[in-house]
Amino acid sequence: MKALKALALPAALVVLAEIGARAAAPSDSVAPPSEVAAAFVQALADGSLVTATRDTLMSAFAGLAIGASLGLMTGILLGSLNVLDRLMELPLELLRPIPSVAVIPIALVALGFGYRLEIVIVAFACFWPLLILSRAAVDGVEPRLIEVSRALRLTPLQRTVKIVAPAVLPRVFVAFRLAAGISLIVAVTVEIAVNPQGLGYEVMTAGQALRPDLMLAYVLWIGIVGFAFNAGLVFAQRRLFGQAARVEAAR
Amino acid sequence: MTAATLIAFRDVDLAFGDHLVLGKLTFEIHEGEIVCIVGPSGCGKTTALRVAAGLIAPTRGEIAFAGAPVRGPRRDVAIVFQDYSKALLPWRTAAGNVSLALEALGTPRAERPKRIAALLKRVGLPRHADKFPSQLSGGMQQRLQIARCLAQEPAALMMDEPFGALDAMTRQTLQDEMLEIARATKATIFFVTHDLEEAIYLGDRVIGLMPHPGRIGIELKIDLPRPRNQVTTRESPEFLRLRHKLYDFIHASEKGEAA
Repeated sequence: MKALKALALPAALVVLAEIGARAAAPSDSVAPPSEVAAAFVQALADGSLVTATRDTLMSAFAGLAIGASLGLMTGILLGSLNVLDRLMELPLELLRPIPSVAVIPIALVALGFGYRLEIVIVAFACFWPLLILSRAAVDGVEPRLIEVSRALRLTPLQRTVKIVAPAVLPRVFVAFRLAAGISLIVAVTVEIAVNPQGLGYEVMTAGQALRPDLMLAYVLWIGIVGFAFNAGLVFAQRRLFGQAARVEAAR
Repeated sequence: MTAATLIAFRDVDLAFGDHLVLGKLTFEIHEGEIVCIVGPSGCGKTTALRVAAGLIAPTRGEIAFAGAPVRGPRRDVAIVFQDYSKALLPWRTAAGNVSLALEALGTPRAERPKRIAALLKRVGLPRHADKFPSQLSGGMQQRLQIARCLAQEPAALMMDEPFGALDAMTRQTLQDEMLEIARATKATIFFVTHDLEEAIYLGDRVIGLMPHPGRIGIELKIDLPRPRNQVTTRESPEFLRLRHKLYDFIHASEKGEAA
């Protein structure tokens, strides 16, 4: 019953779009949902959708993995070592405001078209949320807990594993979810801007070929991929940090 | 009655920059003794405890524990912090928090559940093993921290205003429970408090510090009979006499600071 209610509005909108788009036809920018669905099935059948999805997700995942792990390591390092943090503050604050799209020309000259170009730019974009949030998380570990670890004479390894890591993990995972969302956006952006592969490129070419049905099919598909990606991460977060989340909620 | 010296402060100076917090502090705590430190705020009583526990090194002078100089925290010295909610791991259950101390000590995994159950029972939390600290009341959280400290099987317990944040009823219950633990384990206790009556009620000896720099202003031997009782002990003429004396001292040292 609840699911039915949630679907009522989208269903009504689809019907309205169908009527509206048919009234506007022929058009270069809108297509009725029925034609969008047909284009989607067509793209799925001829394999282009699968290839494009694979290309985009591979770049997004690889960039996310590289950028997030570098960001996490740098963040933990800077959060633990105050001297390094002060040394790196200015260079990092100067690099951080650079939009990842602005890196495209440099990366293009250095790497040419292809996966590497896209992966590097996605990694650049994903580096920052992990760096900033993990640095803050390490910095924010309750000083009393560090004292408890001293009083119990925990080794540095024990302290990291038993105190610091569990204390920062939930916040680091939030940063990872943030970065995951960014990775897909940046991958598609790079494809639309320069890189001739993936979902972004398919959207571009469909638009230029005056195929609004196919273009909209790809745009909607990108939305579905992003939604599934985030849902998977939320699920993982609940499974991994169920207890911690419950404790937070009880407070 | 001549117990051996366990903790000895010898001419201990502690300075933070130019600010001298402790000046030539010299006193001894004997094995099995309960010594309470009181004094106006800013007199360095918590700092003295942190120095004794090895969390801070003295600027000059020496702290000895069982005859050996203190160079850092020791596993046979347990510290009970005032802010219990910050000193417990929020992501571990009560049992997990006690386990942390056993893990630090290298207690074999197989032995831990039994030890944990015994320790939680000792502090009156046997049915709360699977609860998280945030699901426990303040008094229960402090009991849990004490259980973790007892897991270290400490020769000395350093207690920094452990009951200061609790309501009066809970505080009295925990005072009696602590005395029972001290009696059963024969642990030496270094107890910092701002509550003068608490100091007299618990202590074998009460040391009053004066501020700027922190130094001993008064030392009272408490000969009240044990076991002590929240009603009768606190009503006894000797208790009232000591209380009067201690209040006069604190009042005078606070006035001296204002002048």
